[in-house]
Amino acid sequence: MPLLALEDIRKSFASAEGAVPVLQGVSLDVAAGQVVALTGESGSGKSTLLHIAAGLEAPESGRVLIGGQDMAALPDAGRAKLRRGTVGLVFQQFNLVPSLTVGANLAFQARLANVHDAGFCTDLAARLGLSDLLARYPEQLSGGQQQRVAIGRALAARPKVLLADEPTGNLDEATGDAVFTLMLDLARAQGTGLLLVTHSARLAGQCDRRVLLRAGRLA
Amino acid sequence: MTLSALLSHWMRNKVQLAMVLVGLTLATALWSGVQALNAQARGAYATAAALVSEDGAPRLDSATGQMPQARFIELRRAGVLVSPVVEGRVTLGDTRVTLLGIDPLTAPPGTAAALADGDLQGFLSGAGYAHPETLERIGATDMSPAPSQAVPVGTVLVDIGTAQNALGMTGQISHLLLTGPAPRPMPDGLRLSQPETGAELAGLTDSFHLNLTAFGALAFAVGLFIVHSAVGLAFEQRRGLFRTLRSLGVSLRSLTLALAVELALFALLAGLAGLALGYVMAAALLPDVAATLRGLYGAPVPGSLQFSPVWALAGLAMAFAGAGLAGGQALWRLWHMPVLAPAQPRAWAMASGRAMRWQMLGAGLLAALAVALGLFGSGLFAGFALLAAALLAAALLTRPVLALGLALAAKAARAPVLQWFWADSRQNLPRLSLALMALMLALAANIGVGTMVASFRATFIDWLDQRLVAEMTITPRDAAQAVALEDFLAPRVQAVLPLRQVDATLAGQPGAVFAMRDHATFRDNWPLIAQVPGVWDGLAAEQGALINEQLARRADLWPGDSVALPGAGEVAILGVYPDYGNPLAQAIVTEGWFDSLYPGTPTRQLAIRTDDPAATRAALLDEFGLSAQAITDQAQAKALSLAIFERTFLITGALNVLTLSVAALALFATLVTLSGLRLVQLAPLWAMGLTVRHLAGLELARALVLAGLTMLLALPVGLMLAQVLLAVINVQAFGWRLPLQIFPADWARLALWAGLAMLAASAWPAWRLWRGGGGPLLRVFANER
Repeated sequence: MPLLALEDIRKSFASAEGAVPVLQGVSLDVAAGQVVALTGESGSGKSTLLHIAAGLEAPESGRVLIGGQDMAALPDAGRAKLRRGTVGLVFQQFNLVPSLTVGANLAFQARLANVHDAGFCTDLAARLGLSDLLARYPEQLSGGQQQRVAIGRALAARPKVLLADEPTGNLDEATGDAVFTLMLDLARAQGTGLLLVTHSARLAGQCDRRVLLRAGRLA
Repeated sequence: MTLSALLSHWMRNKVQLAMVLVGLTLATALWSGVQALNAQARGAYATAAALVSEDGAPRLDSATGQMPQARFIELRRAGVLVSPVVEGRVTLGDTRVTLLGIDPLTAPPGTAAALADGDLQGFLSGAGYAHPETLERIGATDMSPAPSQAVPVGTVLVDIGTAQNALGMTGQISHLLLTGPAPRPMPDGLRLSQPETGAELAGLTDSFHLNLTAFGALAFAVGLFIVHSAVGLAFEQRRGLFRTLRSLGVSLRSLTLALAVELALFALLAGLAGLALGYVMAAALLPDVAATLRGLYGAPVPGSLQFSPVWALAGLAMAFAGAGLAGGQALWRLWHMPVLAPAQPRAWAMASGRAMRWQMLGAGLLAALAVALGLFGSGLFAGFALLAAALLAAALLTRPVLALGLALAAKAARAPVLQWFWADSRQNLPRLSLALMALMLALAANIGVGTMVASFRATFIDWLDQRLVAEMTITPRDAAQAVALEDFLAPRVQAVLPLRQVDATLAGQPGAVFAMRDHATFRDNWPLIAQVPGVWDGLAAEQGALINEQLARRADLWPGDSVALPGAGEVAILGVYPDYGNPLAQAIVTEGWFDSLYPGTPTRQLAIRTDDPAATRAALLDEFGLSAQAITDQAQAKALSLAIFERTFLITGALNVLTLSVAALALFATLVTLSGLRLVQLAPLWAMGLTVRHLAGLELARALVLAGLTMLLALPVGLMLAQVLLAVINVQAFGWRLPLQIFPADWARLALWAGLAMLAASAWPAWRLWRGGGGPLLRVFANER
């Protein structure tokens, strides 16, 4: 059974000209330890699909199953619980909690999900090269460092599914490559299923599978 | 073009625009409203003084209070140009008014301004003049005066003969107005006193007006917090626009000028609206202010407001000055902004630790200034300067103290959401600090003024119980009736205690000397705050006098010192008694001595000690046919005094509520304008598994926590304010000092109000967050693309 299953997902947005379809029957599976690259042009619906996969947004039709659990069958609190304990999210703009230190940010989701393991967190920080930065605040870090914290935060909760939306989009090539490699290694080591949105064909080429979204459909 | 680009921001942020306009409107309204009240009252004092001494006519007074009318005739025959005046208090309808009798034929040319367009024949035949408000208050009476705006409220101007009859002063006059050169030498028994210019009343009421002005200034400052907050945020949000405009070739000068024009437009719009609102507010509050001034100082102020163009222009100028103050920082920052300043909104200038250190330094300096003023300052101005310095210091300390409290709470927290809650609250303090400062000032003002009034009320009630021991008080129609009443009552009641007084200047202050009968009623109950041993025996033995606290504090006269009484020379001071609610100086001597010093002084009132007030009242009504108003029982007198007290502080209560409302609005404005920025901070938590409902609840909880912490900070500041009001301002303003009393129930009530105000201010942004579901939060991530 796949960790993440998207079945015939449809979604459209309202505009002045009427409803504009964004996703038109997308189906996609991600298995444990599998890394799937989701590529496509701007506006092709990649991020919308990722948000639907995370339960942040509801599809008009179709099903999202995480670990076999149908998201649509859950109330808001249930979906929030699933996000807390099962799903990890990494965003292009990092979206760290600015009022917490790097150490607190790293541990935050794991503590929310009651799965915090101090030893694992320390080890994760070391592997991410953040051990000396734990007392700093996000605004005191470079973009690359912030993205490493964001990845660490998502992985510290040992999610079954990791969803990453252009996690290297704001980084220079060298830093982006380093962050990407690290994320891949960590996800594979934990057996986490990773769905990664990227524009980079080079990075997509390093994934287990690559899917192309075009005009709301998988090509 | 540049201006329209700038203004387009406000079209898309209508709530923000509303907050700028509402803040400036309220600030202008509260300030100009208070100024209108002050101007109206001061104008009334001048009218009152002008009625009896236009053109600066000096007075000739008798050393014993009254003088025979023959004295007037004698002086006129000797070629001295004088005009007689009879003055006293009478009850018309149910209202006590001042009856002012003049001789229209000899009065100074401007004195009888009220008669200028009037009917002299009618005036001489008994009809008088009174302000329309006085007429409304007294209703239909036998006297039926005609309306005249030139007569102060609370006064009825009549011909001298009418006044003599009504006041039981046949053949007597109160004083003479000198319309020509002063006689040389001064005739025996007369003394020359300078004309009333309104300065005496103005001097007495200065403190009250200063109080109002201080409240107005506080409200103005709180209103400016709203404007500053909204303008500052708009500046941050338009950084990108500024950069774009500069990149497109708009000069810095043009851009700054456009921003200044934008501010001026706001000032004009809000200034006009503020003036209208201020006028309405002043008109609504004027009756209470008039009642306060009558209750505290006996000052006649009409209850209807008149419009003045100077006031309107001054109000507009304040709106422009306020807009300049609130928006000045934005203009300055724009002037110093590089062309390619980052467009991304960053923390406000105050967010930096450096700004907080400057605030703490400023607070330290202001606190030192307040301490220095407390130790070395004197006078009312120093008292208010002390208050201003201490309040500003406390306001500047608000953010550091709250930050410290939140940091301690964050350290103690274990749960991740709680840790985030405290850390996030602390991080958002810079953005909220102006509104929280406004809330702190409003709460401290409420606590301070509330504690002062409640302390005053508690002391006043105790004092009333001691002073109003007599079971009933009778006001005789005239001197003859007073004698008859005393003869009638003496065998029927436990004691009859007559009240006689003459006007006198005591240690240079206007006041009166009273007679007191040596009786256990006074010995056992009359409150004293300072005394020599054996004070009552000394008083009975004519060894000295008692003086009231006002005279003691203003002239620094205490037991062991002496005071000059008219006709008696220097008299030892045996004791000092509290005398709340009376602005004038007083001295008391024993009855026998008084009668020998001021023979023929009529008895104004009789205090009666009796076991059976009902029977005594019935006997009096049977025997003398006294009107119901002439007999006041103890409960009535207390109720009346308390009613006057409560009315006196109505205006304070109204201004307290207004200030707190403005502070709540400042919070609302800040929270609404910040709600967009908050989404960026809340979205990651939502994505990590906190529900929107949970987040909205936390936003409400944060508001309550901040209100609670601000209230805790406001408590010591408010108590300090109360102590300064009681020990410095009241002593300077009214002449009495009261003990500070603590009223925790009032604080609990205020804390509840503060919590409700904070909840109301944060409810809408929280509700919008909750109602929006994840939509607005999702847009944070969507905007990344």
